[in-house]
Amino acid sequence: MSMPYSKKVIELFLNPKNVGEIENPDGFATEGSPACGDMVSVYIKVDKETQRIVDIKFKSFGCASNIATASIVTEMVKGKTIEEAKKITWKEVVDELGGLPPIKLHCSILAVDALQAAITNYEEKMGIQKEKVPTDENLIRKRLRHVIDPNTGKEIIGSGVVKKIEIKDGIINIELNMSELNQFANSIKEEIQEKLKYRWDVKEVNVKFSD
Amino acid sequence: MKRIYLDNATTTRVDDEVLKEINYYYTEIYGVPSSIFSHREGLLAKEKVESTRELISKKINKKEGEIIFTSGGTEGNNIIIKGVSNKLKEKGNHLITSPIEHLSVLNVMKFLEKKGFQISYVRVDKNGFVDLDELKKLIKKDTILISIQHVNQETGVIQNIEEIGKIAKEKEVLFHVDSSLGFPFLDVDVEKMNIDFLTITAHKFHGPKGVGAIYIRDLNKLKPIMHGGYNEFNLRPGTENVPLIAGLGKAIEIFNKEDYKRINELRLYLLEKIKNEISDIRINTPIEKSHSGILNITFYFVEGESIVLRMDMVGVSLITGSACYSKSLEASHVLLAMGLSHEDAHGSIRFSLSKYNTKEEIDYVVEELKKTIKFLRDLSPLKREN
Repeated sequence: MSMPYSKKVIELFLNPKNVGEIENPDGFATEGSPACGDMVSVYIKVDKETQRIVDIKFKSFGCASNIATASIVTEMVKGKTIEEAKKITWKEVVDELGGLPPIKLHCSILAVDALQAAITNYEEKMGIQKEKVPTDENLIRKRLRHVIDPNTGKEIIGSGVVKKIEIKDGIINIELNMSELNQFANSIKEEIQEKLKYRWDVKEVNVKFSD
Repeated sequence: MKRIYLDNATTTRVDDEVLKEINYYYTEIYGVPSSIFSHREGLLAKEKVESTRELISKKINKKEGEIIFTSGGTEGNNIIIKGVSNKLKEKGNHLITSPIEHLSVLNVMKFLEKKGFQISYVRVDKNGFVDLDELKKLIKKDTILISIQHVNQETGVIQNIEEIGKIAKEKEVLFHVDSSLGFPFLDVDVEKMNIDFLTITAHKFHGPKGVGAIYIRDLNKLKPIMHGGYNEFNLRPGTENVPLIAGLGKAIEIFNKEDYKRINELRLYLLEKIKNEISDIRINTPIEKSHSGILNITFYFVEGESIVLRMDMVGVSLITGSACYSKSLEASHVLLAMGLSHEDAHGSIRFSLSKYNTKEEIDYVVEELKKTIKFLRDLSPLKREN
């Protein structure tokens, strides 16, 4: 059996591209944290005339997939306009790498999230204000499509792991078709909470398992 | 590329002599003990099984009770903990364990919790030692079992089994010791240590995978968790795995305490070199009271999986205490229970040595490790706050 990683992942893990920092970046963001054990910082330089990303650099604290996905994301968006870069999805990133093991798919989401956050940071600096969208079931579903079940490598909405979603007075209740004894139960729970708890109108996120 | 294997706390290379013994019982004497009254192969198989039982009995100073062969540590722990809780649930529903046990204890406890048992997890201090005062306080009238490991699988810390045994005896509570990484490296005396149940596994000391043994002081204290034939005192049905039992016996027979001392010298050499050549580390193993072959170190600002994968590419096998499979990377439950922060736990690497490792290998490992840590620290957004 060969390594669980594609040649491309290993190549970028050993020799990542666009590593480093940009002084006075136009946009900067860090996703994840050392406590999560997975962290990516993205720096972008944008040509104000053309709205193109003329330079992009990253730093990473994480596993091989984390390093490889961050590296490939920077390569994919260099030279693209902000609007084009916003459209990049984690699935495209995974395809570009020649696949990732199911258990590692979340890394591609983190890398894309870090890029999107750096773009948001740039837009906010430029004074492009975003209106506050209320959190409803549709928005929750959309966000939870970015949570991967490491057991299967599928996102938890499409694969039917999410059984029920309720939101009332800022309190979100989510029920999962999964036993609390599942190896990944706790990490899925934490990831769901991570995706929703910082919303401006959310007070509490409860995740229940169906045992 | 020559491989350097430093993951011996996970599993070890089978010794050639052990392999020879196993082969003999696969190809020459392949009968089963239950054929003792039918043919010679059965008789010789029975003799081997019983002499191995005797060997283990002597080694652990068994005066009463039985030795039962299992498929390894996990099964042994399951038979004991589930067996005792099933049998004694009328007497009480409370069990005590530590938060740093192997998953084959912790997940059995979680399963029992779902069944209505109460589980207490006795605190460990910053070095991983069980807090004996708290243990005393946790014992109640309805406590039916204390289950504490001998040696920790990640840091190598050796628990004070004799002291815990005294407490258990004084409070009249049954005591189980998972000695998967203890026996035969460390002396086990079930009488002196007041041990009621003991788990042994072969593949940690150059024996084969898939075989182990348990010691049970009193067969009346547990119910079988599997049903079938009447093998192994009606507690563990299934055809006895004679070749592997023979292999387990051989591995015990040839185990050499001198090797264990030499491994410690090698470990201290590795530790000194790392301390001298790599900055920003944390030593998670209490060197004075830990398994000779285990050394656990955190390398700050870098993540463990990246370290081990890069080291693998230069021929070195290591493992990390962190598993990265979600946004909230799973840090080692052992290190967290010792009070380490997630940040401290994520870059933790376990070096575990065996009699097959050499000083030259250690020199090479440290050289490559220096390069790996430097590369990953250059890539990392984290650095020391001055």
